[in-house]
Amino acid sequence: MAVIKKKKDKSLPAVNTSALPDIVFMLLFFFMVATVMREVDLKVTVNKPQATEIQKLERKSLVTYIYAGAPRVKYQDKFGRSPRVQLNDAFASLDDIQPFVIQEREQKSEEDAAMMTMSIKADKTVKMGLITDIKLQLRKAQALKINYSSNQPKNVEALYSSEN
Amino acid sequence: MARNKRAIPEINAGSMADIAFLLLIFYLVTTTMDTDKGINRKLPPYDEELVEDPPPIKERNIFTVLVNSNDQLLVEDEYLQISELRAKAMEFIDNNGDGSCEHCQGYKISTSSDNPDKAVVSLQNDRGTSYGMYVKVQNELVAAYEDLRERYAQEKFGRSYRGMDVEEDKEILKEIKLAYPQKISEAEPLNIGG
Repeated sequence: MAVIKKKKDKSLPAVNTSALPDIVFMLLFFFMVATVMREVDLKVTVNKPQATEIQKLERKSLVTYIYAGAPRVKYQDKFGRSPRVQLNDAFASLDDIQPFVIQEREQKSEEDAAMMTMSIKADKTVKMGLITDIKLQLRKAQALKINYSSNQPKNVEALYSSEN
Repeated sequence: MARNKRAIPEINAGSMADIAFLLLIFYLVTTTMDTDKGINRKLPPYDEELVEDPPPIKERNIFTVLVNSNDQLLVEDEYLQISELRAKAMEFIDNNGDGSCEHCQGYKISTSSDNPDKAVVSLQNDRGTSYGMYVKVQNELVAAYEDLRERYAQEKFGRSYRGMDVEEDKEILKEIKLAYPQKISEAEPLNIGG
């Protein structure tokens, strides 16, 4: 058998990628920890109001969301442009709020149910009439802890300017 | 020695990165970063029959804030900008008209509130008020209380109220909250310019 002559390799050696999985896994774990699952598919536009005295909602499992705002452009043919309420993945009427709250409460354990917080995510252009109606329904459903979802403004001056 | 020569072949980990990338992209697409923040409030319980006689509160102890459908403010019968609301509310809460509040630094005006415990902020808006404006007003009123509490905490404990821990400083927080109890009442909205 002929001896295979080792040719001297003159091309560049391949980059060692054995650490690549480690790097990617690190990124993966970062995202797993730092983010939360997208709960619903938003059908209404929600441009949250701005506020400075805001508190973080600590436990996601205690929070139930109610969305309010004008329907998105692709739903406007069907649902019009006036602000509507969205519960879970569908548009809802005000009468649906009470059963929705009761159903959400039943899914939680007894001690959690008492701590349940309703987060109202409404567009800042929505009129208070709708919000008041939502609040009345929540009061009727005995869901009294609420949270007006808002963003921290980038600079406080913006809070007082008239256009916002 | 010679028997051990047949070593277990190394597992090919070349596609490990692909798998990890796949998972990473899945997480990037299905999750969101935004944390939920907002102003916490408590609603009054619903009662079928309206309370006949609400407990009488002296006119001087009520700080009326009205917001109309054009998002304009009327505070204590005076047209006000939103930027002025916080200072005005703090002045009212901190007034200390009857002199019973030792930590207050108010002007003791006879037409303003007796003490922080009796002072009530009454907010009424129109059904046509925008939600953005409503949150802004709520924010300013809450901020007025928070600023007073902050001042009290600095003076009495030499610490920042906002930096306190809910569990560790339970007693201190309780005391601060008692010094300036938050009393914001909301009336049924009007329907004038709806």
